[in-house]
Amino acid sequence: MWKWLHPYANPEKTFHLTEKLTPWFGYLAMILLAVGMTWALLFVPPDYQQGNSFRIFYIHVPSAILSLSVYVAMAIIAFSALVWQLKLADASVAAIAPVGAALTAVALFTGAAWGKPTWGTWWVWDARLTSQLIQLFLYLGVIALHNAFEDKAQGSKAAGILAIVGVVNVPIIKYSVEWWNTLHQGQTVTQIGKPAMTMDMYLPFVVCLFGFVFLISWLICLRFKTELLERNATRPWVKDLVNQTEK
Amino acid sequence: MSKEIKTSISYRRVFYTVFKRDLTIAFRHKDDIANPLLFFILVVTLFPLGIGPEPNMLARIAPGIIWVAALLATLLSLDRLFKSDHADGSLEQMLLSPSPTFIIVLAKICAHWIISGLPLILISPLLAVLLYLPENAYGALLLTLLIGTPVLSFIGAIGVALTVGVKKGGVLLSLLILPLYIPLLIFATSAIDTAAMNLPYTGQLAIIGALFIGSVTLSPFAVSAALKVSTN
Repeated sequence: MWKWLHPYANPEKTFHLTEKLTPWFGYLAMILLAVGMTWALLFVPPDYQQGNSFRIFYIHVPSAILSLSVYVAMAIIAFSALVWQLKLADASVAAIAPVGAALTAVALFTGAAWGKPTWGTWWVWDARLTSQLIQLFLYLGVIALHNAFEDKAQGSKAAGILAIVGVVNVPIIKYSVEWWNTLHQGQTVTQIGKPAMTMDMYLPFVVCLFGFVFLISWLICLRFKTELLERNATRPWVKDLVNQTEK
Repeated sequence: MSKEIKTSISYRRVFYTVFKRDLTIAFRHKDDIANPLLFFILVVTLFPLGIGPEPNMLARIAPGIIWVAALLATLLSLDRLFKSDHADGSLEQMLLSPSPTFIIVLAKICAHWIISGLPLILISPLLAVLLYLPENAYGALLLTLLIGTPVLSFIGAIGVALTVGVKKGGVLLSLLILPLYIPLLIFATSAIDTAAMNLPYTGQLAIIGALFIGSVTLSPFAVSAALKVSTN
């Protein structure tokens, strides 16, 4: 595996790989989200209890699931950056954190908007909502710590350590529903094979979920590219690149 | 500092030396011990003034108030943990010493707990009286503080180690650390509430104990890594 990964320790190679992947992620996200959202918002039958308000599910649940996954991914990357001293992994922690924070904020906002018609209130101090809020704070902490250092490399190393420490919070989020079991409904979609919802509601959800996956991959790639360029601004290959685009 | 004399000394000796050094320094700056304690008492006093003096209301929110005040007081006192050592360069010397950073960090955090955590525990029954905490909850309050305040010191040390090189670290520190304190706060206050209802609270205590063991064993590693990043 190391032999295969070896060339990508070079920022230039990695940049060109990311450059190649980025449009694909972008197109896939666009297609999947267009299909999934149209299907979910126009053609899925309304829920027999919640009516049309349940359609926010197709934004809320993917962003909530992915906000968690993105955090774990960030922690794993930070961990490998710490263990194997990978400079590019450090850069990607800085690229991932704001995207994750945005996802968490979207999950919280859509959750509030969904809670109003369903539970009759914008916010409850339910375990799951609270831990999602804590997760937003963790993301903001990582971003703030990264920005606090003048030296970018030092900042992202420090932010990486914080991300690893914060990942302790993720199991608490995951099991909070079982531990404190309150207003928030249990998980409906993650039981693979037999979801607790009908197929014509479940399939568009899968499409939307993958649409979100590619959307955030696209965003992270864009940010990662910028991060790479910024960190290597004095290198000749970056200068060549700038000269090429200016022509 | 006896570490410079010999190149290799036993871990116990390293721990004891650093521990004693930190305590000595702290006792020569008595204000540093007294001020967070005073802050703790003041914050707790503010709540009855803000909420109103009804005993029932105060008794119900007393565990939360005491614990939140303890979190904030610890946060204030954490600054001292590495800052002055970083400023005069002795922190770098400690990191350069042949003894493992883990032991040094462990000793420093233990000393910090003796200086900041222990006084909080000793003063807390008095504050519980002020807030009309039910008598059967006193044991739970003391036990949760006894097991919980070391957790505060250990987790907080990670934040301090990360921000020690940053100029305006104070506000940043609270942003980093307070979210990590939340599980402890939840379990500690729930233990005290349960005790006030005369129910067994060993479950919550066991979880706080688990947090304690986890933070003692893991946080010095994170602190060492963070210190290495901060001091570059």
